[in-house]
Amino acid sequence: MSAHALYVAAAYGISVLAIAGLIGWILVDQRARKREAADLEASGVRRRSQRKAGTTA
Amino acid sequence: MSQSSATIRSFADLANPTRFLALADRLVPWFGGIAAVLLAIGLYMGFTAPEDFQQGITVRIMYIHVPFAWLAMMCYTLMALSALGTLVWRHPLADVALKAAAPVGAVFTALALITGSIWGKPMWGTWWVWDARLTSVFVLFLMYLGIIALTRALDDPARAARAAAIITLVGFINIPIIKFSVDWWNTLHQPASVFRLDGPTIHPSLLWPLLVMALGFTMLFFTLHLMAMRNEIWRRRVSAMQRVEARRAERQGA
Repeated sequence: MSAHALYVAAAYGISVLAIAGLIGWILVDQRARKREAADLEASGVRRRSQRKAGTTA
Repeated sequence: MSQSSATIRSFADLANPTRFLALADRLVPWFGGIAAVLLAIGLYMGFTAPEDFQQGITVRIMYIHVPFAWLAMMCYTLMALSALGTLVWRHPLADVALKAAAPVGAVFTALALITGSIWGKPMWGTWWVWDARLTSVFVLFLMYLGIIALTRALDDPARAARAAAIITLVGFINIPIIKFSVDWWNTLHQPASVFRLDGPTIHPSLLWPLLVMALGFTMLFFTLHLMAMRNEIWRRRVSAMQRVEARRAERQGA
């Protein structure tokens, strides 16, 4: 691997890591939000729009 | 979710977060798939394209550096339009769009700076110079960080939205400065070679992979932006439900 190829590999490597980190962070956030919503649902909390549909909070 | 809530008939329907969530749920897999395919094709094209006769193999950094820099500016432009949406039309999703875009834009801006630096070392002989283009993009990165901090600093979402929208609009002055910095000042960075009035000055063998990569990263950006917006809507929904629940519990306790 020439010295120039190392620069190219470094640029691509850092980019892959950073984008993978960004995607991972968004997915972790998504799971946390879904769990929060499910917990609320399990404890009987409903949105007003859902309550109208017949479920009592 | 009922079927009717998933149909979007007009742009105004998007203001309904439930409808927006349904639309995002359907779009995210498609956008993500298209991004993956385009990036795979772009990488293949880029690595089979001939090397530059002066820059040799390092020209391949262009296929990621240039799309990152474009996206850094496009993301900020999207945030400035969202800021107008918050201040002028009070669109309920405008602030969600602004807040969700900021971290994604910050990552792309950081990558534009880092890949540019790695390209600069073998080609210019230096990692960094404080010339107009590099400095203005660095300022853009700092503005992203400031907006991220501001959107998370205030507890009241409405006040945070206004403050972030105003700061974002003020900072938009930097976008034309970045674009034209290479024409207005004498910079080490090269002037525009793709979007020029007299047409691109890059050879088609290098231009095509670049355009495919740029399109792929743009689709990736919109995938991530939609996912982040979806998270933000859920975050606000849950905290609103928690507030209502706390008030109800308080009333029952009294």
